[in-house]
Amino acid sequence: MFCGACISTVEAAVLRLPLVRSARVNLTTRRVSCVWAEEIGGKPADPVDILKAIAATGYRTHLFTAGALDESDTLRNKLLVAVGISGFAAANIMLLSVSVWSGADAATRDMFHWISALIAAPALIYAGRFFFLSAWNALKHGRTNMDVPISLAVILSYTISLWETINHGEHAWFDATVSLLFFLLIGRTLDHIMRDRARAAITGLARLAPRGALVVDADGSRRYVPVDEIKVGDRIALAAGERIPVDAEIVSGVSDVDLSIVTGESVPLPVGAGDELKSGGLNLTGSLMIAATATAKDSLLSEIIGMMEAAEGSRAKYRRIADRAAGYYSPVVHALALACFLGWGFLDGDWKHAMLVAVAVLIITCPCALGLAVPVVQVVASGRLFKHGIMVKDGSAIERLAEIDSVAFDKTGTLTMGRPRLTEAVDADDRDWAIATALASHSLHPLSRTLAEHAATPALGFEAVTEKPGEGLEAATPEGIYRLGRHGFACPGEPVGDEPRRAASEVLLPGDGVILARFCFEDLLRPNASAAIRALDKQGFATAVLSGDRIAVVEETARRLDIPLWFAELNPKEKVEACEKLQSAGRRVLMVGDGINDAPALSAAHVSMAPATAADVGRQAADLVFMHDGLDAVPMAIDISRRAGRLIRQNFALAIGYNIIAVPIAIAGYATPLIAAVAMSTSSLIVVANALRLNRRSEPDMPQRQVRPVLAGTRRTA
Amino acid sequence: MNMLIYLIPALCLGGLRLAAFVWSLLSGQYEDLEGAAWRVLDDGDD
Repeated sequence: MFCGACISTVEAAVLRLPLVRSARVNLTTRRVSCVWAEEIGGKPADPVDILKAIAATGYRTHLFTAGALDESDTLRNKLLVAVGISGFAAANIMLLSVSVWSGADAATRDMFHWISALIAAPALIYAGRFFFLSAWNALKHGRTNMDVPISLAVILSYTISLWETINHGEHAWFDATVSLLFFLLIGRTLDHIMRDRARAAITGLARLAPRGALVVDADGSRRYVPVDEIKVGDRIALAAGERIPVDAEIVSGVSDVDLSIVTGESVPLPVGAGDELKSGGLNLTGSLMIAATATAKDSLLSEIIGMMEAAEGSRAKYRRIADRAAGYYSPVVHALALACFLGWGFLDGDWKHAMLVAVAVLIITCPCALGLAVPVVQVVASGRLFKHGIMVKDGSAIERLAEIDSVAFDKTGTLTMGRPRLTEAVDADDRDWAIATALASHSLHPLSRTLAEHAATPALGFEAVTEKPGEGLEAATPEGIYRLGRHGFACPGEPVGDEPRRAASEVLLPGDGVILARFCFEDLLRPNASAAIRALDKQGFATAVLSGDRIAVVEETARRLDIPLWFAELNPKEKVEACEKLQSAGRRVLMVGDGINDAPALSAAHVSMAPATAADVGRQAADLVFMHDGLDAVPMAIDISRRAGRLIRQNFALAIGYNIIAVPIAIAGYATPLIAAVAMSTSSLIVVANALRLNRRSEPDMPQRQVRPVLAGTRRTA
Repeated sequence: MNMLIYLIPALCLGGLRLAAFVWSLLSGQYEDLEGAAWRVLDDGDD
């Protein structure tokens, strides 16, 4: 569901039902909400009709379970209300302040100050609470963050202004206080919305994963059970094309299992009764009866999650750049303000004036621009990444991505598509093709799928095609028996001819014992994979492959992509160790991976990326998720993050430069509220304008892809 | 000083604007910005 046409299609389909009172599609969260009648014409209404109606239009539906998404929605609304209220307060107080600055006489000035104070107080309490709470939390744990100087400046300046107002003073800082809050809240809200959008898109993908299995009871009856409720020993009927829900053992049946997402092994594995299966694998060709050997809680997946938690060392320690800056900034600023207070107090003897100067210093230096410097750049950067189909989970991922110097790739599903490609068809004429396609179209096996897609000639119409799981396909025709499959099955009599290609899989097509044709496959590289690796090389990144696949296959892939460093046959733990070894050698590693076996390494690396096709747990572990097939997302993401990093540093430089000019004025005691307001707004505007430059700069030197709505076609969820 | 009388309607108007914003937020008008952009194009005659 991704455009206006979808909205009207779905809404029209649902509204056509007699029981539905109203229906509304939400395109952002990709949900439909309906109000329906409990009963029509005396009969109770069945809401399942709604799902059926939507399904009939070609969209898949899932029942929505309320969860974390709603909470973040309410937080967003709270932030928006706070922005609205502080904006209202800032505008009105500024109006009054302008009158004061243009020379109101004493009585009018006092009254305007009082009105300002009355407007500012509720706004501060309501809109400032986000900063106060966060600052309090940081202080309670003995840390400082950006919110500490913000809260301090806001509270102090309000108190002093109120005191000045009571004493008929000339200067009050209500406008500066409230507009500071207004600007900072905008930054905070943008930051929140950015993370929200990525999270919504990623949880949307997770909803597509199956969450149950068909359990066969002792009496033969079948029921659909959620994955969490499967018990050890339960028999599960697994049809071809389904994922293995829990670790299990095969009771009966033979099939091929695609473990690429679990172990990184690219070639499907033939399995039979008695074999162990790991959860997450995909059953390809035959139906199986399996017995659960572990519950979902104890399956491979939870083992991996345990490892991920253990591996999250470097990332938990990472401090956001803004917080690091605040760590240096706030002691300096607070010391400066204190020094001004004491200095003026002792030199001048006028403690009230000293206090005013100290507050002016605090307000002028208050990191208004600093508070905007980081989030605005990150929002612009994530918007740009979003346009290229790359989701960023939070701003710190952009900061970390800008720091890396090495890139480690998983092979299966990351460097490659995890889908085979036909490399060679030996001795295949048109007729052979027709036969092979006819056979292949009967199977779900990835090799068959590819063969059928390649068909140049129309397929022959075979009627009796049987699939021998784990071996191949067979068709009995008047002309004889045709078989398509691996060597031992296709021509049992023949000895294996020339050395089977090391990195490739092979499928033979014999007719009556004679090999008619031979099809060779290898794993298809991701589009733009070599261009992406070249681009990374050119920018001086070290690249490496960490794969769980066999040595020969990994070596071949690494050679084709010119990656000097590769490790094969790694288990998840060894992947983590490889990552950690690189990092302890002082390198900062970006891990790109998709499988369940990559998830711990994804958490261990400095920053990580996963394709949208990745396993759930892989996507959850990764900081960035890219939606398009092309691997050029990786250099592009790095490039955008680096430019964002540069802009953040520029913004800091601008903010500090402004302070160097403005602080002496404040220390000298010349900073009136008017000067503070002008200086503060200008510096904020400059910082925002600088951040927007990220949108204007030229594209990186990569093949251009058409910008299209993200998720188009891949998510027809209603 | 008499000019100050204009302050009252000015502040009231500001308050109205704030109330309108809060109302629009609470009635869900910011829930689906992407969808709203598309709905403009829908004639409603299909």
